[in-house]
Amino acid sequence: MVDRAVKAPSSLLPLRIEDVCFEAGGRRIIDGISVEIQAGARTVILGPNGAGKSVLMRICHGLLAPTSGRVTWNLSQPANGRHRQAMVFQRPVMLRRSALANVAYGLKLAGAERRERQARAFRALDRLGLAHLAGRSARVLSGGEQQRVAIARAWALEPEVLFLDEPTANLDPQATREVEAAITSIGAAGTKIIMVTHDLGAAKRLADEIVFMHNGRVLERAGAELFFRGPSSREAAAFIRGELL
Amino acid sequence: MLPVGRSVGTIALALGQAAELIAGFDPRLVQIVGLSFRVSLAAVVIAALVGLPLGAAIAVARFPGRQAVIVVLNALLGLPSVVVGLLVYLLLSRAGPLGPMGILFTPTAMVVAQAILVTPIIAAFSRQAIEDAWREYEEQLNSLGAGPVQAALTLLWDCRFSLLTTVLGGFGRAVAEVGAVMIVGGNIDGVTRVMTTAIALETSKGDLPLALGLGIVLISLVLALNAAAHLIKEAAQRRYG
Repeated sequence: MVDRAVKAPSSLLPLRIEDVCFEAGGRRIIDGISVEIQAGARTVILGPNGAGKSVLMRICHGLLAPTSGRVTWNLSQPANGRHRQAMVFQRPVMLRRSALANVAYGLKLAGAERRERQARAFRALDRLGLAHLAGRSARVLSGGEQQRVAIARAWALEPEVLFLDEPTANLDPQATREVEAAITSIGAAGTKIIMVTHDLGAAKRLADEIVFMHNGRVLERAGAELFFRGPSSREAAAFIRGELL
Repeated sequence: MLPVGRSVGTIALALGQAAELIAGFDPRLVQIVGLSFRVSLAAVVIAALVGLPLGAAIAVARFPGRQAVIVVLNALLGLPSVVVGLLVYLLLSRAGPLGPMGILFTPTAMVVAQAILVTPIIAAFSRQAIEDAWREYEEQLNSLGAGPVQAALTLLWDCRFSLLTTVLGGFGRAVAEVGAVMIVGGNIDGVTRVMTTAIALETSKGDLPLALGLGIVLISLVLALNAAAHLIKEAAQRRYG
């Protein structure tokens, strides 16, 4: 990957979330969250279903506007630095075209040159071990392959921040292993990973730090090792024990 | 009333003669079928050029009164072709606003009428197809930074197979309708006589072989169109998912 420090002297991060609330249909889904997310470590937003994790992520990425409060990046640059962040969804959305064209499509929207697009898209697929599927129609690939194409599409943009919303929730163990390996190597290459999951195993395997959410609030934030060894909140302890919250 | 035996015989005879007309490429029949094709094809091209972007725009855009627009669009699906014929006739008649163009009772007028008839069909069905796709794609396209126009174009391309089916359906509707072309074309022999108007006329004149021959061509055509639409969709489903 290109050394991003050369291209972008100043960082998007830290991401500041200040007093963010989100209401929909009279229900408060996010209830006053303030968190600052730093560059570097892989951050996993963990919590039971319905905690508001995915909504928080969408607010950070700019897909949803908070009802109150604000989300600010270190750079208030063009469109909130949207072109420097990317997101991978729980269910990969594949366009009705080849895997390669799916990745190239993201590059096209990001303003990459036509000639450059194919090569960059192919490199991204290759990094995820999908070069042999480049010409195949994306929508007939398996779930795990589709998710890796989605990750390649996000990665090809060389984002500074990569959001992942339950990227392995619909996948079998083998596909999960492949997707997690991809996430690890993207993180190692210098992209900030912010992932949402309710899966303890995935959190243990991938997290450097944990942001624990329950009922629209952040109850706890700690380094992963510390969190799993001795969570400070009752809810997190119960969640780690596998109890239903 | 004719005895049953004789009427069946008459039909059988007419069918035989109709088959001869088709097999022998009867010039009258060929001329009429050819005009039908040209008129309806032109009408559908225009209707697609207007209807597809319109459908995509309504699917993606959010504006006040959108629901009302959708209701009206869906209602226009059942637009009676004679009423369209009447409206276009009023527009194009010598005293009408477009009268000076002098296109009433020409194939051009028939193209206009059929385009008006088919545009809402293409717009309404493409709106439905594109909106379904939009529901799936919206977050992803927003995440990648697609603007509304870019999103609409992407959706049009991604729905291309179901949209092709819609356009073929529109052609079927155009080529099979009789009311509008009868009124604005005038069913002039050799000039504006198409399959449907010819069938109506020849039947009333008692020239059953030509009417039946044209009827067979028309039904075969509509069948072929539907088969093509079905096959394209199936093949695309297998190939692209």
